[in-house]
Order: sequence, then C-alpha cells, then structure tokens
Amino acid sequence: MALLQHGALQPNNWRFVGDDAAIPAEEPVTVSLKRWQAEGETLRGRNTPIGVRLKNDEQALALGEDVHRLSLIEVEFPKFTDGRAFSQARILRDKLGYQGELRGIGNILRDQYLYMTRCGIDSVELPEGKPIDGYLAALKEFSAWYQPASDGRVTVLELRHPAKASTRRSGATFISESVAAHSA
Amino acid sequence: MATAPQMVTANRLSDGAVVYYTEAKGWSENFVDGAVWPDKDSADGALVASEDAVKARLVVGPYLFDVALTEAGPKPIGARERIRADHKPTFEPDQGSWTGPIAD
Amino acid sequence: MYRYDEFDATIVQERVQQFRGQVARRVAGELTEDQFRPLRLKNGLYLQLHAYMLRIAVPYGLLSSKQMRKLAYIARRYDRGFGHFTTRQNIQFNWPQLPDVPDILQHLADVEMHAIQTSGNCIRNVTSDQFAGVAADEIEDPRIWAEIVRQWSTFHPEFSYLPRKFKIAVTGAPDDRAAIRVHDIGIRIVKNEAGEVGFEVWVGGGLGRTPIVGVVCRKFLPKEHLLSYLEAILRVYNLLGRRDNIYKARIKILVQATGGDKFAAMVEEEWEKIKNGPLHLPQAEVERIHRYFAPPAYETLPDMDPAFETAKLENPEFARWARTNLVKHKVRGYAIVNVSLKPDGGAPGDASADQMDLLADLADEFSLNEVRVTHHQNIVFPNVRKRDVYALWQRLRPAKLATSNLGFISDIIACPGLDYCNLANARSIPVAQRLSRHFSDPRKLDDIGELRLNISGCINACGHHHVGHIGILGVDKQGQEFYQVTVGGSSKDDASLGKIVGAAFSEDDIVPAIDTIINIYLANRAGKGERFLDYVRRVGVDPFKEALYGPATARRPAAE
Repeated sequence: MALLQHGALQPNNWRFVGDDAAIPAEEPVTVSLKRWQAEGETLRGRNTPIGVRLKNDEQALALGEDVHRLSLIEVEFPKFTDGRAFSQARILRDKLGYQGELRGIGNILRDQYLYMTRCGIDSVELPEGKPIDGYLAALKEFSAWYQPASDGRVTVLELRHPAKASTRRSGATFISESVAAHSA
Repeated sequence: MATAPQMVTANRLSDGAVVYYTEAKGWSENFVDGAVWPDKDSADGALVASEDAVKARLVVGPYLFDVALTEAGPKPIGARERIRADHKPTFEPDQGSWTGPIAD
Repeated sequence: MYRYDEFDATIVQERVQQFRGQVARRVAGELTEDQFRPLRLKNGLYLQLHAYMLRIAVPYGLLSSKQMRKLAYIARRYDRGFGHFTTRQNIQFNWPQLPDVPDILQHLADVEMHAIQTSGNCIRNVTSDQFAGVAADEIEDPRIWAEIVRQWSTFHPEFSYLPRKFKIAVTGAPDDRAAIRVHDIGIRIVKNEAGEVGFEVWVGGGLGRTPIVGVVCRKFLPKEHLLSYLEAILRVYNLLGRRDNIYKARIKILVQATGGDKFAAMVEEEWEKIKNGPLHLPQAEVERIHRYFAPPAYETLPDMDPAFETAKLENPEFARWARTNLVKHKVRGYAIVNVSLKPDGGAPGDASADQMDLLADLADEFSLNEVRVTHHQNIVFPNVRKRDVYALWQRLRPAKLATSNLGFISDIIACPGLDYCNLANARSIPVAQRLSRHFSDPRKLDDIGELRLNISGCINACGHHHVGHIGILGVDKQGQEFYQVTVGGSSKDDASLGKIVGAAFSEDDIVPAIDTIINIYLANRAGKGERFLDYVRRVGVDPFKEALYGPATARRPAAE
C-alpha cells in the first residue's frame, strides 16, 4: 500500500502485526488496541517506533495518556460510508492531545480526504498505483470553513469576528504539517 | 422451480429515464421492445450482460422484474412496473402538477 | 432574512464547482454509481422511478421573492414547469437531467440557494416554525438559531458520514409548529425560572419504520452552548449509532436502546469536555445574525381595517377564506396569510412555474418580498396589511391559490408516492386527489373541523402519516396497492403516534373507509367543540373498527 503524506507519495515503513504474530524488534509496527492494552508494558520499552491500529468500533479514549508514547495511530474507514473514524480522529487530537502521525486506512475516497485532514488525519493509505492528483485537488476545493475542527484552519467565525480569534481557540489547536502545507 | 418470465430494466444515467434491455443487447424506452427471458438461467444471463451498459455509463442499477404473458403481449406485473413503463405519473396532468397557464 | 456574506457565498460556490467535477468524473467513468451515490445525495440528487429528483434546500422555509422567481425559472428551463413543496419545507423538482444539475446549482447559488445536504447520511435542512418572527405567541425568533445551526452543520467534516440521516427542527413558540418531538434533535426556545431564554433540547424522535416521540435530553441549555451541545450529541451518535442495519440506524434507536437518561448523561459527559472550546458561540455572531431577522419597519395601523371588514361582509367566499386561512400577526393591523397548495383534486404541495412567479409578485406587492414554505406543504405570506388582504385574495383566486381549507381534512399532506418515488409501495397523490374532491364542500369541511390527514406511500413516512389525526400508509400486497389507516396522531406539543384501525383497504375502498371514519366521528362526537383528534383520544379505535370491519365476533382476523 502506498502512503499519501505531506502532499506526496511516501514509502510506507510500517507494518501491522496480528495479535498472535511475533513483533519484530527493528521494524516500526502497529498492533491492535487489545494487544497494546495487554502488552503495553513491554511495547513501551521498544526503541523502534510503535503504533496502534484502532478499529472503528473501539473507544479512542481507551488509549488515554498512552497516545504520547505512540508514533502512529491508524484509524479505519472499512466502507467509505462508515464515518466513525472521523470522530475517533478528533478525540485523539482534541481530547487526548495526540501529536504523532494519524493515518487513515481502508476505503479512502478522495471526496472525503479533505474532511479527514480537517479531523486531524495527516496521512492516508492508498492502493498501490493510485494517482494522487485527485486527492491533492480535493484539498483545494474549499477555502472557507464554518466549524472549528482539529486542523487549526481559521473558521469563518474567526474571520467575521477577528478580535476574538485568540481566546476562542483554547480547545482544539492541532495543525499537522501536511495540512498546513496544503491549506488554501 | 419455474419462475415467471422476466425482463431487465434500468434507468438511463443521463436523465434517469426508464429503459428496457432488448434482444439486440440495446436499451429501449418502450416496454414492448424489452426482451422477455422465459427462465431463470436466461434471465440471470441477461442481467449479467446488461452490466456492460453500466460499465459504459449508459445505465444504472439494472434489475429483473416479472412480466405476465397475455394475448396482447407481455405486460408488467405490479403497480410499480406499470407506472415505470408509462414514464409518467398516473394522475391527470391538468390537475395538480400544473403545467398549464393560469386561468383568468 | 439572512443574506450571505462573502464566506457563505464562497462556500456555496465552491460546492457547485466540486459537484460539477464529481458529475464529470461520474460521466467519464472515474466514479462508479456506488461511489457517486453518496456524493450526489449530499447535493440533493436522487434517482427516482422515472427520472432524477433534485431536492433544493429552503432553510427553515424562508424564501425571498427573488428566490421564488428563480425556482420558477428552474422549473421552466430544466424541469416540466412545476415544483413540489415538501414536508421539510424544501422544494423538489422531479425531472432534472444529470448533466444540467451543476448548472441548476449555479443558478441557485446566484440567489443564495443550494441543494446542500438535503439528502444523504448527514445533517439535513434545519426546519422551523412557518410563522417565525411574526407569530403572536412567539417567545423568540427561532430562525436565528436555525441559521446558526445551518452554518455549523454545513460540510461538518466529522458528521458527513453518519449512520443515517439527521434532522433538526427549532421552535420559538409554546405552540410547536415545527414538530420538534418527532425530529432527531428538536430545539425549543424556553424561559427558565430566572427569566433567561435558552433551549430545551429533545432528542431521538422520528417517524418511519419505528416511529417514536423524542425525549428531553436537556431541560435548559444556555444559548451560547448550543453548538457545543449539538456537537456532543452528534459525536455520541456518530460513534455509537448502529451501522449494521439501515432500519435501525437513526439516533432514535440508539436513544431507546441506551435509555433516555443514560443517553443524556453520555452527551453531558462529552459536552463537558468541549463546551468551553471554540464552539462557544460569541455574542458578536449571535448579534450579527440577529440583525438579519430584525423586524421590518411595520406601519402603525389600527387593529381593525374598515376595508377588510367591508370586503368580508360583502363577499362570503372571501369571508370564509379570511376565516380559515388567516392567522393572527403579532403586529396590529397585519395578518399572516396562508396560501393552500391543496386545491380540490390537486397534487398536494405542487405549484406551477406560473404560480411561483405569481407568488413572487404578490410577495413583493403585499408581503415585504418574503414567503414561507410550511411543512404542511403550503405557502405563507407573513406580513400582509389587513387592508391589502382582499386585493391579495382576488389575485390568488384565479390562480387556484385561494382554497379555504387550511387545517381541514382536504388540506392533505402527502408524499409524492409511487407516481414518482423509488421507495414507495403505493401511490399517494391519486388518493389525495379523490379525498379532496370528496371533501370539497366547504360546509362539510367546517362541520368536520380541524383535521390533519397525512398520506405516506411507504413506511419511510415522508408524508408523516404517524402524526396525522388520520394517517394513511400505502402498502404493497402482492403487487397491489393497499392503504392502512391510523387515527389519533399529532405532531404538536401533545405529540402522539396514530393507532392502526385494522386491515388495509384497497384503492377502491380507501375513500369510502375515510368517509366511514368521518361519519362515525360526526355522529358520535360530544358536540361540535370536540375535535376529531380529541374524539379519537376519548374513544379509541374500536368505534371505527366496528364501523369499518363489522362487529368483533363477525370480523375476520386482520391481515396485518
């Protein structure tokens, strides 16, 4: 699978390891939430990056403070109509203050990519060979946003009432690099 | 088990119009032009063949529906397919869905 | 009314461009129908029985004359010369062609209109009281809040792929004309003991397969927390709403399964985390929007207008229409004028392009350039001086827009049904036509009194039959259309769901069945003061069952 991040296709060095498989010492891997909860003590001690792949019916909040130990969290879009991961992403960014890479996996329609970045997702897994121009173009389809999200983009409200801008952003302030690079 | 004779129908992508799959593997707006498939195998085969038109972006959502074989030829069974075959609502056009000018 | 600023205009314009691109990709084969469907639905475009259908948003039912004229233009140029006003205050066109839709959306954008999120599993048009701003009983204008919610819900990145559709309604008067108790979220403007104005928030109401009256999620919500609270509800729903079964995916199912109290507690917990964040509504924005809904410069007029009174004395037909179709305005000397789109034998809620143009002209001349769409599929002129009412009526009459049946049995609410809709089991419009012709005698209408009759062509209940005093539901029995009757529903403060009277009726029997029901009521009510709804609540369905199906012992078991 290819990785779309920072506006370009990147090599994907990460691998998901199933619950019963051995975890390689030298590779960056993601594990299930269940496994993280069971083996977190050991996994925390790794030198190589570790991440968690969240299923979209699992509670993002369950990761709690552990998010700060993770380099990658994957959130899943099993069918593009299933939008639970959008909320999981926002909880990870806004509530838990997660600062690492947040990756969308599964069925990623280009017409959702902008919403994903708004919810704090900064990379997505795409099928090998999938052209990315559509995804990049999708980020530029809108230039104004009504509602605050997890991307730090200025909202229409803030533009209408500029004096209040600094006091209003107390809740959600994450801006990912790739989002900042592509904001209109 | 015997099934009723069936026809394949779909909606045209461009304008949503009701169309029927013909013997010649084409599509006609006229119900009378639709090919009647007498058994399950031929009907299933026709449905699969109609997918070509989906890929060609001519039609969407083809499906099979039952027809009755009458002396006057095949007829659609059920209110839904009868209304579709007519391509318009069933009520008088001069009452309700107004298209005429306002009377004086 | 609200006017777009540069930001609103940009967002709508960019959406038109985006959809233009999506249509091009569909036509070029870069998107399959499965991929395109959710995208076109979020732009209000359905594929129906014979054609596409485009549902255009009329935010909280408010239309300027300019916008109405544009709808007439679209009806003529891109459709078959008419449109249909819906039970959610929107308008639908039944014959657009896919390649034209981006152009239609552009025309709409030119007059600050759109078809955004009028379908799809997202937050839909926010509806409200059709008399907002002018009703005598209003606590506060709900449209300000409807507009605030509209903006917040538009292209919300987190809530665009919900388990199912999501409908929000706002009411600002004690008499709930917005049916908030049967919405996913219903917002009621209330005053607390301290006299502060805030919101009572209802959640989990809805019709369709599993009709349910909602529950109060929060008794009092301070105004500035409206959006953060809604966000909390939506987040809980987005995460926990069922995704395995589309018939069990609405928030009402989640609220029932969780329990109202527990659900409210979950929302409260989520809300606590976000309520002081960036969704906290700044007073400056509330004031900015408030200004758009400032009352117009009303003239100072006497309560009674001699010309109006004289006209009523001299013209009994006008007098009747004035009695049935006018509602008390909060300003002296003005009237709220209801235009019935239910002429005898007509398709409920339909209006021709000519009629739309006329309504626009009359709005300019008599109603300060504004009309409203009601969720009973009628039109309102909100600001008519009493002295102009007669002249207005004289212009409405030749256009078949002066039927005096507001709130009576022939003021039928009906979905498009199997004549148009892919989801329908039976036709609803021909039944409505036959019923309105059958009950066309004005004396009969008066005698029957207030009666809401709703017809849905299928269990999705877009005709809101569950909350009709009489409800008719079209069902399919082996390819034949049958009609099931319910009685005793209400969408107002006393919200209730209708009870089935018995086995469904054939197309030929449905009108006689309704006639029987009415006759039972007329013969047995406790005087003319007892409305049909009150009679049903008093006696239940048995008197109707007996009359329709025979005495209990002789009755065959009901097929349902």
